[in-house]
Amino acid sequence: MVIAGAFIWLGVLLAYLHARRPRRARWSDQAAGRLILWAGAVFPTTVLGALLTYALWLMPGLRPWAEAEPPGLVVEVTGHQFWWEITYRTADGAIVASANELRLPVGTPVELRLASPDVIHSFWIPPLAGKMDMIPGRVNRLTVTAERAGVFEGACAEYCGTSHALMRLVAVAEEPEAFRAWLAAEAAPSPGVAAHPEGRDAFVAEGCGACHTVRGTEADGRVGPDLSHLGARRSLGADTLPLSEAAIARFIADPAAVKPGALMPAYDMLPDTRRAAIAAWLGGLR
Amino acid sequence: MTAPSDAERRAAEEKRLRTVWATPKGWRYLSAVNNTEVGVWYGGTAFVFMLFAGCLALLVRAQLAVPENDLVSADLYNQTFTLHGTVMMFLFAVPIFEAVAIYLLPAMLGAREMPFPRLGAFGFWSFFLGGIFVCGSIFFGAAPSAGWFMYPPLATDEEFTGIGADIWLLGLSFIEVASIAAAVEIIVGVMKCRAPGMRINLMPLFAWYLLIVAGMILFAFPPLIAGDLLFEMQRMFDWPFFDAERGGDPLLWQHLFWIFGHPEVYIIFLPSIAILAMIVPTFSGRPIVGYSWIVLAAVGTGFLSFGLWVHHMFATGLPQISLAFFSAASEAVAIPTGVQIFVFLATMLAGRVTRSTPMLFGTGGVAIFVIGGLTGVMVALAPFDWQAHDTYFVVAHLHYVLAGGMLFPVVAGIYYWWPLVSGRMLSDRVGRIAFWTMFAGFNLAFFPMHLAGLWGMPRRVFVYPAEAGLGLVNLLSSIGAAIFAAGVLVVVFDVLRPKRGAVAPDNPWNAGTLEWAAQADETWGLRSIPRIESRYPVWEQPDLVAELRAGNGYLPDAEEGRREALITSVLDAAPEQVLRVAGPSWLPLASAITLGGVFIALTFHWWLTTLVFAVLFPIPLLTWIWTGTAEIPEKPAKPIGRGETLPLYVSGQSAVGWWGMFITMTGDATAFASLVFGYFFYWTITPDLAAGHEGPGPLWPMLATALVLLAWAATVAARSWNRGGAPGLARLALIAGAAFSLCGAAAGLAGPWAAGLDPTAHVYPATVWVIVIWTVAHVAVGLVMQIYCVARGVAGRLTPAHDADLRNTTLYFHFLAATAIVAFAVVGLFPLAL
Repeated sequence: MVIAGAFIWLGVLLAYLHARRPRRARWSDQAAGRLILWAGAVFPTTVLGALLTYALWLMPGLRPWAEAEPPGLVVEVTGHQFWWEITYRTADGAIVASANELRLPVGTPVELRLASPDVIHSFWIPPLAGKMDMIPGRVNRLTVTAERAGVFEGACAEYCGTSHALMRLVAVAEEPEAFRAWLAAEAAPSPGVAAHPEGRDAFVAEGCGACHTVRGTEADGRVGPDLSHLGARRSLGADTLPLSEAAIARFIADPAAVKPGALMPAYDMLPDTRRAAIAAWLGGLR
Repeated sequence: MTAPSDAERRAAEEKRLRTVWATPKGWRYLSAVNNTEVGVWYGGTAFVFMLFAGCLALLVRAQLAVPENDLVSADLYNQTFTLHGTVMMFLFAVPIFEAVAIYLLPAMLGAREMPFPRLGAFGFWSFFLGGIFVCGSIFFGAAPSAGWFMYPPLATDEEFTGIGADIWLLGLSFIEVASIAAAVEIIVGVMKCRAPGMRINLMPLFAWYLLIVAGMILFAFPPLIAGDLLFEMQRMFDWPFFDAERGGDPLLWQHLFWIFGHPEVYIIFLPSIAILAMIVPTFSGRPIVGYSWIVLAAVGTGFLSFGLWVHHMFATGLPQISLAFFSAASEAVAIPTGVQIFVFLATMLAGRVTRSTPMLFGTGGVAIFVIGGLTGVMVALAPFDWQAHDTYFVVAHLHYVLAGGMLFPVVAGIYYWWPLVSGRMLSDRVGRIAFWTMFAGFNLAFFPMHLAGLWGMPRRVFVYPAEAGLGLVNLLSSIGAAIFAAGVLVVVFDVLRPKRGAVAPDNPWNAGTLEWAAQADETWGLRSIPRIESRYPVWEQPDLVAELRAGNGYLPDAEEGRREALITSVLDAAPEQVLRVAGPSWLPLASAITLGGVFIALTFHWWLTTLVFAVLFPIPLLTWIWTGTAEIPEKPAKPIGRGETLPLYVSGQSAVGWWGMFITMTGDATAFASLVFGYFFYWTITPDLAAGHEGPGPLWPMLATALVLLAWAATVAARSWNRGGAPGLARLALIAGAAFSLCGAAAGLAGPWAAGLDPTAHVYPATVWVIVIWTVAHVAVGLVMQIYCVARGVAGRLTPAHDADLRNTTLYFHFLAATAIVAFAVVGLFPLAL
């Protein structure tokens, strides 16, 4: 398409340059009229007709026209300002909540159910599929199949507010057995819950659980991202910072400094040691 | 006493004409309404807004020059790109063509003035005040930041948008009023103000294009105005049109916005092609090849452009069958566009091309535009668009289309027509420098964006990560933007620099169209009005210019000291009337200030100030209409030269006022249709439309319909009784009609009122209310018009022979009756069918 486009552009440009030359034969009106007919009308109609036919032929394969048979795995991805809530629903009825990092089994079609409770977002991981909007009041479905294992970068593609630029997403595709093992581990509390008890106590005492869930503790808020296995993720804040204890502490101190417009309040009044303890505990939740 | 010699007679005529058309001096200059003044103000203001939006673009490019930059805050960045898009679209691209049209059309058509000079001035002042209001907001950190497309629920989020979204909605609604005013003016101008003999197939292509574009404005802007109304009702009074939790749907806004937004692209693009359609024949030294090809292609583009809007919504999850349809329509529009490009090429090949700066900008524009067109063909394919949508690929595409299809041709037009505006030539050398700087800078800035987009860079991001590998292409873009800006500054320099001595000769490019018969140093436009027999009269009617400058055409004089224009028939341009057009007046400025006051005070929720301005606005408006329209002349007819005599007063379908009303009401009906579209849109997404909410029931709406139809019948009867010589009876009928209107309005409101519909509870009652209020407001305007006609009759300004006001009121009531039937059937009867 690009090459054909380049040729057409060059053709038109050369024709214009030729027409500008001072010494050349004048065309007759009939010849000029024929040029309009063939080059201006017939040629584009033919080329565009062919191109359109090809695209329409592609479309059902990329996005099925009708509901396919019930998929083995459904993942609900919900866009929030400015993070992703991810819930896995397996065929055997298990429901596992997670956030900001999408795991997929290689070679298995996965149905994504895309929604949003606040503003319009758009789910886009280029190597997996084209984008699909997440619109309040609707659930859009998109079926994707990861063809190979790997880490794919994605982002929110619909302008969704101040930190739209910092609403990114990582998808990790792995072999089905590895995926099943990961999902089972994700569903259970992290073994790290018991470590760093002072961090865990501070987390609970400061009321973090009103917004965040950490399985295995009393924290079961649904307003912010699920943190049950935060330490196992590759990045923090919807792929804004590389994951580290220092980064977690920095985020807690002032989320809006990292992500302007983030809804989480700043906890800069906490003593550094207390923040560090929380960060150490969260970082250990693998 | 001997008869004055020919030369003396001519000198006396010229003196009178000069006095009549004189531009007011000093501070009174602002009361000018003549098209050559208003056109220059309009164009200059639009150009300044363009430079402002260009500075915003440079700020955007500075922020994105390197990864992870923190030059500006996220919030300021969001305001900047929102305002850049908004200003370029609404305050530059559309107004600049209105400016060129108002300035050039009369001269091109062989007319002295547009039909409604004060409307033109009112439009300009509305645009000027609204534009400053919108642009100024960024200096207070209060600019809109939800993107120029204003998608709810982000843009309805009070906390996120603050006052910015209201500034966008109300400021731009005010400017849209100006655009529709200009569209009415242009359509009536092209249809009714052509020189005698200029049949519709002899019209300059520029006039054809502008007629098409103005028609498109008439059908494209009203859906946006309807959308703005719904949007502002949600923001101000919490009516849940776009709130999914209460039955609303954010997608309705996207439909209404893009039903406007896509034709908008062609509204911008076609006038620039019109500029090329004037320039190319001149520099090819021959008439255009394929006149009917290009006219049909332009009409086809106009039609198709209304069937493309969903290609902005390919990723919203709409059914694939509609994606396929809109994808096909989007491809189809490339065909008439291709025809237009090849018409120019064919004209050049069949002629002998003279190289010049206008031609250079024209050809360069085409080269850029074709790239934008080819990428457009790509993004019109849904599978490609799912990846490219909302990435920098689209940013590159749209800038190639708009710069190539709009900015470069406009600069070509500036170089081409400047001799006509100022009597001086712009420099060929400076022009070439400007072109190459702009051309190189533009491509360096925007070509790399294709790559950035394909590599996955989304739009509207204030930072991008360093590890994404996008640093180099973005840096190139930023450097290119700076070079491009320098090129634009060279053009500004060439226009502004003092040009002593460079006096332009008459018709410096040896062009064939009529505007070159005008004289830059006279304010009267054409010295006298010629009879036209060909498409390129200056080439094909050899003595024409000398004859009309000698005062041997029509209306060579201004005996009564009035500005006069010739009105001709729509198709054949047969002379029909001498229209007295308005001279300098403060009323347009006063009307624009008071109406602007309403919009601006509403933005800040200053209810009392709003009320004061809303009461003040009708004063200049009614004074204007009362003193300046449907004036009864001192004699029924006057000679116009060449032994012909024309009436000074006409009414009904020959009159420009009737056409103005007809065209305005067509736009108004489109806005109403958009609201009804909204009603049925909600029904298609939730078949249980009312969702348990009470409706207005059939009784009150049917009563309201009956009363409005009685008011309509009374008005129609009044018109024919007045015609038949019974003005007293006509006045009685009008008074009865006014009473019916009043009762009809009350009955209309009674329906939802009696049923206790709460518009904030759910989208269904809100939609019923908005349709009813719209209709009732129109009935109220009809009531004012009926009373106005009675008052005109009593004052002796409306007589059986001079009935233009009553004819126009009747026309209004035809539209009103149709509106009421549809509105009340929809809210009263449709729920029964569910």
